[in-house]
Parts: sequence; C-alpha cells; structure tokens
Amino acid sequence: MDYLLVSIIKILLIAPLLLATLAYIVWVERKVIAHVQLRVGPYFVGPHGLLQPIADAIKLLSKEDFIPSGVNHFFYWAAPWLGLMFAVSGIAVIPFGPMVEILGVKTNLGLADINIGLLWILGLAGMGVYGIALAGWSSNNKYALLGAMRSSAQMISYELPMALALAAPLLMSNSLNLREVVDTQAGFVFGFIPNWNLFTGFQLIGFVVYMICAFAETNRIPFDLPEAENELVAGFHSEYSSMKFAAFFMAEYCNMIIVCSVATALFLGGWHPIVPPVVATFVPTILFAIAAGTLFFHASHPIRPTDRKSFAVFGVIFAGLAAVFLVPVVGPILNSLFWFFGKVGFLLFFFIWVRATLPRFRYDQLMKIAWLFLFPIALVNLVLTAFGVTFFSK
Amino acid sequence: MDLVFFLTFAFIAVACALNMALQRHPVSSALSLIGVMVSLAVLYVLLGAEFIAAAQLVVYSGAIMVLFIFVIMLLNAGAEKATKKAGLAHFLGFPLLVTLLAISSWVITNATATAKPVKFGAFTAGGPREVGWELFTRYLLPFEVTSILILIAIAGAYRLANKEME
Repeated sequence: MDYLLVSIIKILLIAPLLLATLAYIVWVERKVIAHVQLRVGPYFVGPHGLLQPIADAIKLLSKEDFIPSGVNHFFYWAAPWLGLMFAVSGIAVIPFGPMVEILGVKTNLGLADINIGLLWILGLAGMGVYGIALAGWSSNNKYALLGAMRSSAQMISYELPMALALAAPLLMSNSLNLREVVDTQAGFVFGFIPNWNLFTGFQLIGFVVYMICAFAETNRIPFDLPEAENELVAGFHSEYSSMKFAAFFMAEYCNMIIVCSVATALFLGGWHPIVPPVVATFVPTILFAIAAGTLFFHASHPIRPTDRKSFAVFGVIFAGLAAVFLVPVVGPILNSLFWFFGKVGFLLFFFIWVRATLPRFRYDQLMKIAWLFLFPIALVNLVLTAFGVTFFSK
Repeated sequence: MDLVFFLTFAFIAVACALNMALQRHPVSSALSLIGVMVSLAVLYVLLGAEFIAAAQLVVYSGAIMVLFIFVIMLLNAGAEKATKKAGLAHFLGFPLLVTLLAISSWVITNATATAKPVKFGAFTAGGPREVGWELFTRYLLPFEVTSILILIAIAGAYRLANKEME
C-alpha cells in the first residue's frame, strides 16, 4: 500500500510538471530559433513572452474543433490521443535521480524501475508510428496520407540503427534496466575523466548514430519529411485543429524529451556529474549565482525601461535557486536532478539549434543515410564493443 | 490485484480478436490485432515473462503491425464488400466453426489434464539474461537455423524486388 501511495504522489508530481515543460519547451524553442536568426521571438505576452505558452493553451482549448468531411471518425478522433499516450508512457521508466530518502520514505527518483526499461521505450517508439499513420490515413487527405507513409517508412528504417547503437552501451553495463545502466557509469577514471559510456566506453560513434536516429524518430528537422510544409501543407496533421493538433504537438516534444533522456542515461552518465563530486556540489549554486549577478547588473543598467523591474525579479528568483542548492537535505537531491536535467536540457537545446540551422534532406537521401551509412556503422560499433567487453572483462 | 488485471486484459484480448474477425475494414482489423498483441504482452508480464512481453511489444506490435498498416495504406485497401458467391461457406461456416472449437477445446482439456494451474509471480526466470542464456546454449541450433531462414528470406525478397526493377 505504501508503494502505491508513493507512486501516486510521484505521478501527481511528475504529470503536471511534464505538461508544463512541454508547454515551455515551445517557448524556449521559439526564443532560441529567434535569437539564432537575429529576431526577438515571442515578446508581448508577459515579460519576454513568458506567458505565451499559457495564451497558446487557452487559444487551442477554446478553438473550434473542426472535423473535415469524409474522415473516418473513430480513427480521426483516436489518432492524436494514441500518439500522445505512447509518447507520455515512455516517461515512466526514465530514471531522474538516485535512490533518496524523503521524510523517512526511501524511493527512487523516477516512476517505474523495471528490468526491461529500455525495451519498453523501444516498444513505445515503435508503437508511436500508429498515431501518425492513423492520423494521416483517417484524414481523407492525400497530403496527410503521404506524410503518414513517409513517417512510417522513416521510423521503421531508423529504428534499426537506433536499437543497434543503444545495444553497445548495454553490453558494457550488462543490464536493460536504465537505473542499473546509470549506476555502472558512476565515478571517475584518473580522478577527472567521468566514467560515462561516451568517454571511457569509447561510445562516441554509438552516441552520434543514436542522436541522428533520434532526430529521425522524433520527425525533427533535418528529418521532418512527414510534415514538410512546403510539399505537404503540414503532413499528417494537416486536417487537425484545436486540442487534437495540440496533442500531436505535445507528443512530438514529449518524444524529444524521452530520446534525450535515454541518451543521457545510456551515454552521458545519467545524474552523475561531469566534474568530481567535491566541485559538483557547488556547480549549480555557482551557475545560478552568476546568472543572478548578471541579471542584477543588467537591471541596474537597463537598455529597455521594463528591464529594470523584470530582470530584478528574475535575479531574485535565480539567487533563491542558488541558495536552495545549499540546503542540507534538499540540496543533494536537487543536485542530482540538476545534472540529469542539465544534460537533457543541453541535448534539447541541440535539437533546437539544429532546427534553426539545417535544411531538410531529400527523401532518397534520408533512406540512404539510414541503410547505407548508419546501419553498417552501428553494426561495426556493436561488434567492436562486444570484442572490447570480452577482452577487458577477463 | 493480479486476477483483476488478468481478467481485464484477457477480456480485452478476446474482444479485440473477435473484433478483428468481424470488422469489414482492413485498418480496423489490423488495429484490433494490435490490441490483441498488447493485451497478450500484459498477460506475459503478469506471468513473469518480462522479456517476452517486451519482445512482443517491440517486434509484433511495434514492427510487424506497422508494416501491415503501411502496406494497407499503400494499397489504399477499402472496406470489404460481401459477395454472394460464397454459398458453400455461408452454410458450412458456422457448423465448421463449432466443430473446430469443440475439437480444440477437447484437445486442450486432454493435454492439460494433469497440469497444475499457474500462480502469478511464481515464475521469475523471464528476464532478458535468462532468455538470452537459454537461446545461446540449449536452443542454439533452432536459433541459428531461424536466422539463416530469415537471411534466405531477405535474399529472396531482394532478388524478387530487383527482378521487378529490371
């Protein structure tokens, strides 16, 4: 019963946080792309457009839910929610942090701790195609159908190199449980090189192959052919509006979070810091203090008149965050969460950065990369890793 | 708790299987089949066979059924239309179904007369490590034969597709 209660509390904590993150990633993405392209991005709803996601949510909720004629009603209705369900379920097995003790209750930071964690995520990634395929098929629109077919072909192709790339670090940690995989990456070699699979496991090739496949699996630029807007209007979600459209949107961003979390857990050492623990304890505090200091400086020398107030408020918030990391019991828990979400956040930033930079591939190029380049490389990487593991484990 | 889950998902599996046969449209049938596979995966988890459950999700509902849906969409197959040509099936279908069910239930009850009922949670050797160990020691020959079979299938598919292009 205790386990059930703790699980319910964790779900009630994680679910709203996840939804809020999904809304705010859109804001971050718009801001980052805007700054890459020398614009300012959303600016008018709230300070620096911070209330824009809430305005978008209200708009999408109150918009007319338009159903075009000739659609297959059941599948048209079910597709977006199916896609969102498969995307969100993946969060359940992501390990956010180590085993902690809060108010006398020992619990893992993360929802479920199952032995087939990675297979669960791969299975859901495979099933995620259904949301897109059914949406395209049931919309009764040739562009939507073309987008859905591209998407299914692309996801089937890229799942293979992705699974092969993921198999290599699994060989090293000898487990499919994401929590155990992270645990094997604790510690440092020579006192300063973190014992992550990326560094001491020589998994640079595997990591690069995985990240390329992750872009394809989440239908992001440069692999966003399923929704290529200059050829297919909006691809598989052309005929969707209102909350159904928002569900596709949320599923895409949720998938992004999941692929980045998997990369973090398998290649980047999960919640283990990149610097030795002596320094790592103070890194978040120092970073937030620097951020607060910069904000206070710019508040006292404002370029725009509103900055005097808004920067000062954010400065106080960041200074408070810096102080929270020094509180005895809460600090260490937040510290491991900081490292995990820091790495995930960096990878998410990388996704957005790429979107702002690269053009889209042609369709034949997309298939060639998967089958003639990524697949053999991932296979060779797996074989070499297997030899390495047998050689060094004796 | 286990019993509740078992009954729920067993019911869903049977209902989806019936729905698969009854639906007119191939996409509806394919989706019902996915429902069957997913509920079977849940039953495997209940029995302690974690790896088989995950393989069921990844292979059957994640890969094979995606290809099914893909092909159905590619061919743009519409709903089935009833033809009146199958007169024989019209009269023989139901009696044959009853006979099949009777024979199979008779065989199953006879074959499992001495078997003990399954206890949930009693079987714990269903993890990836145990399954892998069995595959590469006791079942090595069937495993390798299967992989060669798949290789032959791939080569055959390649030859057929190439022929079409020439």
